Amino acid sequence: MKSKYDVLIIGGGPAGALAGKTAAEKGLSACIVEKRPAIGAPVRCAEGIGQEALLEFIEPDSRWISAEMHGAGIVAPDGFFMKLESDMAGSKVGYVLDRKFFDRELVWKAAEAGADVAVKSRAAAPIMENGILKGAKIEYCGKVTDVRADVVIAADGVESKFSKWCGIDTTVPVREIMSSVQYVMADIDIDEHSTIFYLGNDVAPEGYLWIFPKGHRTANVGVGISGKKSGEGHRAKDYLDKFVKKTFPNGKTIEYIPGGVSVCRPLACTVADNLLITGDAARVVDPLTGGGIYNAMYTGKLAAEVAADCISKGDTSKKALMAYDKTWRASKMGKAIERNYHIKEYLIKQPDTKLNEIIHSVSKMNLKEFSTISLIKEIIKVNPKLMLELGALAASLR
Amino acid sequence: MLNVHRDICGYCGCCVSVCPEGALELIDAYLSVEKNCTSCGICAKVCPLGALEVVNEE
Repeated sequence: MKSKYDVLIIGGGPAGALAGKTAAEKGLSACIVEKRPAIGAPVRCAEGIGQEALLEFIEPDSRWISAEMHGAGIVAPDGFFMKLESDMAGSKVGYVLDRKFFDRELVWKAAEAGADVAVKSRAAAPIMENGILKGAKIEYCGKVTDVRADVVIAADGVESKFSKWCGIDTTVPVREIMSSVQYVMADIDIDEHSTIFYLGNDVAPEGYLWIFPKGHRTANVGVGISGKKSGEGHRAKDYLDKFVKKTFPNGKTIEYIPGGVSVCRPLACTVADNLLITGDAARVVDPLTGGGIYNAMYTGKLAAEVAADCISKGDTSKKALMAYDKTWRASKMGKAIERNYHIKEYLIKQPDTKLNEIIHSVSKMNLKEFSTISLIKEIIKVNPKLMLELGALAASLR
Repeated sequence: MLNVHRDICGYCGCCVSVCPEGALELIDAYLSVEKNCTSCGICAKVCPLGALEVVNEE
C-alpha cells in the first residue's frame, strides 16, 4: 500500500471491487482496503441475482455460480402457492451465487486491472484538513498509517461508518432495517431451480422468508423481518427456527449467517467534497426485494467513472461529484428503487387476508420479462381494484 | 449500559446501521461500543440474534 492514491476505496465487496476495477481501467491509481482478513467472507447475503443484471457486469462462471434459477414461487400467508415461470419455459432467469468466490473474482479483476488491494486493513478515521476530506487513516495489524487520496469511495456496506464520520447521516430507521438470519441447509428436499418466497405475519412480519437453492439438496434458507417487529422471543432467528423445525426437520445447517438489510430510501445525498458513497453504504438496496448486488456493482462502477472524470478536470468538489448522484437517481436502478419503495410501503400495510386475496388471483403466471416489476404489473392486471388503492403510484406502473 | 453477549453476537453489523449516535462499530470479528452510547436500546431491539442487552448500572 502506498501513501497516496488517486482513489481510495473503503470496502472490498461488489461495490468496492467494481470501483477499483473501473478506476484502474481509467488509468487512475486505486487501492481497495478491506477490514476483513478475507475477501468474500463472511457472507452476508441470500446470493440471488437476475440473469440480465449479472450479465451487465460479468460472464457467468461455474466457479462462483451455485445454481441456475428457472422460476420462482410465492407462498401466501394461508399456504396457497403461486408459481412464476418465464414465458420461455425452462430458460434461465437468474442465479444463486457463491459470494465467497464471486467477490474474490471481482476483486481479482480489480487487482488484474491494476488496483492495489489490502485486507485486514480498516479505515479507522477520515483525514480531514480544514474540514475537507483528504484520505483515510488505515489500521493494519494495530499500526495506523495515513493514506491520502483525491477521492475516497465509501463502499463499506450496511455497517458503514466512513460517511458518518464525514458528517453524513446514514442511520437506517428501525422500521426499515430488515433484521435477518439465514442458514445454509444441506440434505433438504427442494425444487433445485426455483427461488421460493413465503409471506405473512406469522412467517415474516413486514418481510419475507426465502429458500434460494444452491444445488445438491442445499439452499440458503433465511428470513428478514422489520426491525420494528423484532424483540425478545420474536427475533429473526426465532422465526427461522420455527420454519426450519416444521419444514426441514432433518436438514443440516452448515452455515449460520445473521445480517441487516436496509429497505429505506437511499441517502438524501451520496456525495460530499472528495467523497462518493456506493452500494449498501449509500442505502441503494432494492426496498422491495432486499437485493443489493447489482445496485452495488452499478454504483461502484459509476462512482469510479465520475471520479476519473472529475480528477482529470482537477475538480473533485461536491458540486462536481454530484454528477454521480444525479446519474444513478435518473438511471433504471434509481427509478426502480423509488418505485419499489412505494410498492413496499403499500404491501407492508396489508393484512394477511389481503395478501391471500392478491396471491389467490393467479395460481400460475408466465412472465415475459422475469422481474419484480412485470410480476407487479401482471398482478394488477388480474386485480384491477389495486389500481385505485395504489393511487398515484399506479400511473408509474402502466 | 450496553452489554454485548459475545457468545451470541454474529458480527453482522445490523445494529451499527440503526445506531442514531454512531456509537457502534463492527471491527472485523468484534463489536465495539463507544462512550457516546446512550443505552437507548434500538440496537438491542433489532439484533437478529438477541446478542445485545441494555443493563441498568448499579
